Amino acid sequence: MHTNLTVNGQAVALDHDTRTTLLDALRESLDLKGTKKGCDHGQCGACTVLVNGVRINACLSLVAMHQDDDVVTIEGLASGDVLHPMQQAFLTQDALQCGYCTPGQICSAVAMLREAAEGQPSQATEDLTARISLTDAEIRERMSGNICRCSAYPQILAAIRSVAGDAA
Amino acid sequence: MSSVKDWALPNPVSENRSGLIGKTVDRYEGRLKVTGTAPYAYEVEPPSAPAYGQAVSATIARGRIVSIDTSAAEASPGVKLVWTSRNVPAQAARGERANPRSQRGSNPTMASDAVEFYGQTLAFVAADTLENARAAAALVAVTYETQPATVDFMASLDQAEMPPGEEDTEIGDFGAGFAASPVKLDETYFSPIANHTQMEPCATTAWWDGDKVTVHTSIQMVKGGQHALAETLAIASDKVHLITRYIGGGFGGKGQSYDDLTLAALAARELNQPVKVAYTRQQMFQATIHRPAVQMRVRLGAEPDGRLNAFSIEAITHCARNVPFTEHAANFSRSLYAAPNRLTGHRLVRMDLPGAGPMRAPGEATGMLSLECAMDELAEKLGIDPVELRIRNEPTVDPETGKPFSVRQLVSCMREGAQRFGWERRNPTPGQVREGRWLVGMGMAAGIRGNFLLPAKAGIRITADGTVTLLQGMTDIGTGTYTILAQITAETLGVPLDQVRVELGDSDMPPAPGSGGQFGAATAGSAAFETGMVMRRTLADLAINDPNSPLFGADPTLVTFANGNIALENQSESLASLVARAQPDGVYVEGSISPAADARDWSQHTYGAQFAEVAVDVVTGEVRLRRMFGVFAAGRILNAKTAKSQITGGMIWGIGTALTETNPVDPRYGSFLNQDMAGYLVPSHADIVNVDSIFLDETDDKANPLGIKGVGELGICGTGAAIANAIYNACGVRLRDYPMTPDKVLEGLIAKGL
Repeated sequence: MHTNLTVNGQAVALDHDTRTTLLDALRESLDLKGTKKGCDHGQCGACTVLVNGVRINACLSLVAMHQDDDVVTIEGLASGDVLHPMQQAFLTQDALQCGYCTPGQICSAVAMLREAAEGQPSQATEDLTARISLTDAEIRERMSGNICRCSAYPQILAAIRSVAGDAA
Repeated sequence: MSSVKDWALPNPVSENRSGLIGKTVDRYEGRLKVTGTAPYAYEVEPPSAPAYGQAVSATIARGRIVSIDTSAAEASPGVKLVWTSRNVPAQAARGERANPRSQRGSNPTMASDAVEFYGQTLAFVAADTLENARAAAALVAVTYETQPATVDFMASLDQAEMPPGEEDTEIGDFGAGFAASPVKLDETYFSPIANHTQMEPCATTAWWDGDKVTVHTSIQMVKGGQHALAETLAIASDKVHLITRYIGGGFGGKGQSYDDLTLAALAARELNQPVKVAYTRQQMFQATIHRPAVQMRVRLGAEPDGRLNAFSIEAITHCARNVPFTEHAANFSRSLYAAPNRLTGHRLVRMDLPGAGPMRAPGEATGMLSLECAMDELAEKLGIDPVELRIRNEPTVDPETGKPFSVRQLVSCMREGAQRFGWERRNPTPGQVREGRWLVGMGMAAGIRGNFLLPAKAGIRITADGTVTLLQGMTDIGTGTYTILAQITAETLGVPLDQVRVELGDSDMPPAPGSGGQFGAATAGSAAFETGMVMRRTLADLAINDPNSPLFGADPTLVTFANGNIALENQSESLASLVARAQPDGVYVEGSISPAADARDWSQHTYGAQFAEVAVDVVTGEVRLRRMFGVFAAGRILNAKTAKSQITGGMIWGIGTALTETNPVDPRYGSFLNQDMAGYLVPSHADIVNVDSIFLDETDDKANPLGIKGVGELGICGTGAAIANAIYNACGVRLRDYPMTPDKVLEGLIAKGL
């Protein structure tokens, strides 16, 4: 079947198997291998991408569901040679080791900051009516869909904190 | 052969004139990783469009294949081949080594009709797309004849035997010493099956060029993988070009190759087309190795002042019926505490499970869960602070071998940790600190992990533009190898860091043993350093013999290297200018490191002290980590940033060990109950609160010429026991069965009437 979508600002026309996931389309058809396959079951977060600005697990989504969608992957975050602030923060804080979960962590963190700014609550939100204060507990809770087996969690928190600024 | 005395002499790394050693340098390959442009094995661009392979796994623990119906799979769209044991291409018999120098023997896939474990590869499909391969694989229908299988470890302890070639170590007379001890402890601890759960599943991309195969695969040991594939395919090892540049986690689980490597190579040959094969997450759990369960009986006999008189750990563990492996859970204790009467040993149960094998700090990671809990229990019996009890049993020499320690800062680790953590605020009586429904407590444990140096080589090339390239058949599994090798090379040659490139993970490069046993940095780094020293001598010879060099005719022993220049007093020129003029094709040298002849005259270890504070929910039994602090002594630290990431990552592994990680076996099928990451619970962001660590200043000049030691595995040593001890201090429930899940804690709370 056929799907038209935008990936990292480029219009993409895909002829694809109905069974093809967004993750496999990115990796195997569009040569965007920065999005990783860790579990293929939506449990690890390594395949996190932004669809219309919202983070999703690309492995749990068929590409056929994304007609006219705007997809941003890890390859779409930097501006030329200038890293996205979140990418730079991960590098500076050593918020990665093997690097396999890293693209997903970064995409997830970028979207997460926006979700919090928009006032979307999380399990860690104490006052649902107040403006969300992005405490460490909020960041940890909101990032818990992204597993890092190397366990760079303290550095990932520091990286996100360095981009987000202090909790309000 | 060298002596450790040579290593104590000043050298460019110990002098550290540019200050690159120890510096918080950003990860060398970090930019590639944060932009998603570091190609892992499945992502490498093959020379032409690849076919996709998918393995079909056994669903019984033991038996025989009666028949496999592949007709539906073969008729499925896009299918290029379907293999079973009946038609898979010939491979060498398991373990065969045509070349006696091969590090690994043949590892054939689908070699017979016998099923030896749940998850074993029984069939393989290759198709034009991943979707077609996966769909066809699901159509393969296997009929089994099942046979009785041994899959229940606790029900099989009576089958435990002495592991082949091993014996117990007894010093003094343990039985008499224990019997005569006024204070005794005799408890049994259990550490369950655990899985590496690397983020990147095992994967291989393979293609052939004539009779030579190129394989990009995710493996920790370059030579091991190359030799295993060559032996399996019965070809010369130089016909296998194995490349592994980026590896999405290893932790010991990728120390060997699996069927993805064999199948990709075989299928690429058969189809005359590149083939990609990756394990599914489920296959990662079932078809790769795991950390085996261990039951440990610990007996401690002490004097009233806390001095140990008798000490014993007896460990029972398991391995696959035909794949010998012993989790040496007692070995670490042979160097930890003084006691005149000592007995340690291991027993092994052969089971019909997937292969047991090494996982981050094999032996220590499990063994310390027992002894470091037992020491806490003994401290309470004696009314002695747990830190003080350990200090009272600090040996002056290795308690089993009598050898001197190279460097031993265990007591300093404990004292520094206690002070920084606020250990004096711990109430020694359990269950006294309550905050609402939470009971809060502190625990600590010591940590020890051996230090090793293996033989390794490296190559350095300097081109006419002055670029220095280190080449080594080494791997970086996320540990920071690229980065520290760049630092060592730059400091040794006196060049700026950005002038150095590092190329790893290629079987054509000078061999290094790879990543494992926390020997990687010391081994690969020392080889890089020695190669740098060869390069210095080579460049000095080049300069002093070149009439156009300002150093012409100089005494080579007086030549120095700094700021990218080779110099003698006020005469200097850049390495680029020297090479461009004297050897415009570039200069390439190789060097090597070997263990010193007298290195084994010292007892060499890394040490740590782990401190944890937890809160226990008295209603649900849930344990929440509040903070954790570790102090470590592991030789000179090469990169403060990457070393801290390593050690903290290890600590977090220990938190998973203590609280969540376990994989029980389904007794009906011999499968693991957890075959995905929703069931097998590794720590997540929300679990990890305030984990921090420091390294003590140290140089171990008996370890290697750099005075460094490993940091990759030390962080997990003792961590779980510190948390178990904190749980006890919080609520008075003493658990000896890891992990300490809410059900177990709650049962203990109810038994105590809380």
